[in-house]
Amino acid sequence: MIQVRNLHKSYRVHSARKGVAGAFRDLFSRQSYEVNAVQDISFHIPRGEIVGYIGENGAGKSTTIKMLTGILTPSCGEIICNGMNPHMQREAYVKTIGVVFGQRSQLWWDIAVQESFRLLKKVYQVDDRTYQHHMDLILSTLDLSELLDKPVRKLSLGQRMRAELAAALLHNPAILFLDEPTIGLDVLVKMKIREFLKEINQTYQTTILLTTHDISDIEALCERVIMLDGGNIIYDGNLSELRRKYVTKKQISFEFTKPTDIQTLSSQTEHLNLKWKAGENMHQWIGILPISIREKASISEVMTAVSKQNEIVDLQVRELALEEIIRKIYEKGAVHG
Amino acid sequence: MDKYFVMIRMRFLTMLAYRMEYYTGIIIYSINIGAYYFLWKAIYGSQGEIGNVDFVQMTTYVAIGWMARSFYYNNIDREIAADIQEGKVAIELIRPYDYVLMKTAQAFGEGVFRFFCFAVPGFIIVSLLFPVHLPSDPFLWVSFFVSIFFSFLIFTQINLAVGLTTFFFYNNRGFMRAKRILLDLLSGLLIPIYLFPAWVQSIFTFLPFQSISYVPSMIFSGGFTTELVYLSIGKQLLWSVILIVPIMLLWKTAKKIVVVQGG
Repeated sequence: MIQVRNLHKSYRVHSARKGVAGAFRDLFSRQSYEVNAVQDISFHIPRGEIVGYIGENGAGKSTTIKMLTGILTPSCGEIICNGMNPHMQREAYVKTIGVVFGQRSQLWWDIAVQESFRLLKKVYQVDDRTYQHHMDLILSTLDLSELLDKPVRKLSLGQRMRAELAAALLHNPAILFLDEPTIGLDVLVKMKIREFLKEINQTYQTTILLTTHDISDIEALCERVIMLDGGNIIYDGNLSELRRKYVTKKQISFEFTKPTDIQTLSSQTEHLNLKWKAGENMHQWIGILPISIREKASISEVMTAVSKQNEIVDLQVRELALEEIIRKIYEKGAVHG
Repeated sequence: MDKYFVMIRMRFLTMLAYRMEYYTGIIIYSINIGAYYFLWKAIYGSQGEIGNVDFVQMTTYVAIGWMARSFYYNNIDREIAADIQEGKVAIELIRPYDYVLMKTAQAFGEGVFRFFCFAVPGFIIVSLLFPVHLPSDPFLWVSFFVSIFFSFLIFTQINLAVGLTTFFFYNNRGFMRAKRILLDLLSGLLIPIYLFPAWVQSIFTFLPFQSISYVPSMIFSGGFTTELVYLSIGKQLLWSVILIVPIMLLWKTAKKIVVVQGG
């Protein structure tokens, strides 16, 4: 569906000199330097997959999306989507894709949502029957029916975003590109949008590539993530694999009825591979347990060992959140192993 | 073709929604015509004719010139510049149509609106206020309408070309303003071309600008012979074909270097 090989994109950027004298010098000769927004990227996405494309600001996510949608020309490398070259066959190609830029509207500001849809229907040459059938599903799932006769400028951000999604899917594209679709939205709208995307993906086998800074979007939607840093792919694979690789510890926080100390606790759990850390006071202690595939039952062992000699008021088991994993990866710079 | 027609209709409707702006436009144009009327009146003074043209013909020339302008004029150069500077061009490029053709369609929608809601009522007001002489020969009417259609095409093409240069210069507001004033001068809107020195006139014959305003105004005020009417319209046709070339070149190069502003 989407085939990307050795994709590279660089820009020439003009730099402004400092101060008034610098500005005058810039009038005659400007300094410029090359920026490699995307270095060398290759990946393949099969039909019906939902892929999260993540990375820090400036990592090259949007640049890739813009090349995949035919807006930007790659400096070198090859893209084949839906069997076409996005840039060379732009007009034919864009009929088969849908795009949502979270920060830009593709609806007409002054006219009613309905009119925008009607216009896009003509632009994409969708026939009446398919439109009717397909849009009924979209409008009801996105709960848009009441907003149809309002002008776009009167919609709230959440309402507008739902309308944008409907507009992008109006011609039932095979691929949907979403560039930060949930930016600035509240939790309820986010949930609705995620459910909708899942439904579209299941009903029509739509391939979805989304960039986001909201890791919960990724967790809710994607099985596969492609992680980008400085224009290079640093991880491409399963989300669960990523988790397995990075989640090496579990934290078990206890609150006991009586104060205790580290020696007592350590001796009680001597037979287990458990490290103790002090909590906020003498009642609270945190046990750090390394996870290995062989010792699946170790949490219950810890529980038995600890509860045998202490009375537990409260207990919490926590593992490293995906967000922390990703932060860790970026701090290290690359995925090892 | 259907999708471009939808855009023409769409632009017409949008303009209709903002029609108040255009009512004031009619007044501004009438004031402009009035100013030139009094200016020329002062220049003519006691002279009956300047360069074989009498005062009523000159007034007609000025009125026609401005009213034709109200039809062919549009701001698509600035719209294109805004699309590029605000990064909206990204949205235009994900749609299955040709951006340049779509802009032309929008300009045409605006032209149709301007013709019916601006040029026609404006001209009626002007002809009540000033001594404007309308031709009775139907040939002149037909050739005038053909000619202002080409005025629109050529003006729009120049606007497209200037607008597209934003891809290369990023900020070309000064250039666009200079273009606007130069066009008014070189097209013969402000001063009829025949009043320029002979050598300037001979340079102008090799430029597209006089096809915009001078030609339709001269045709309608009866300043051209039948032969010259055909020749001028033929030249307009030629220019509107020639100007396709630079636009296509600009657009082709622009697509390669397109940078989307703001993420």
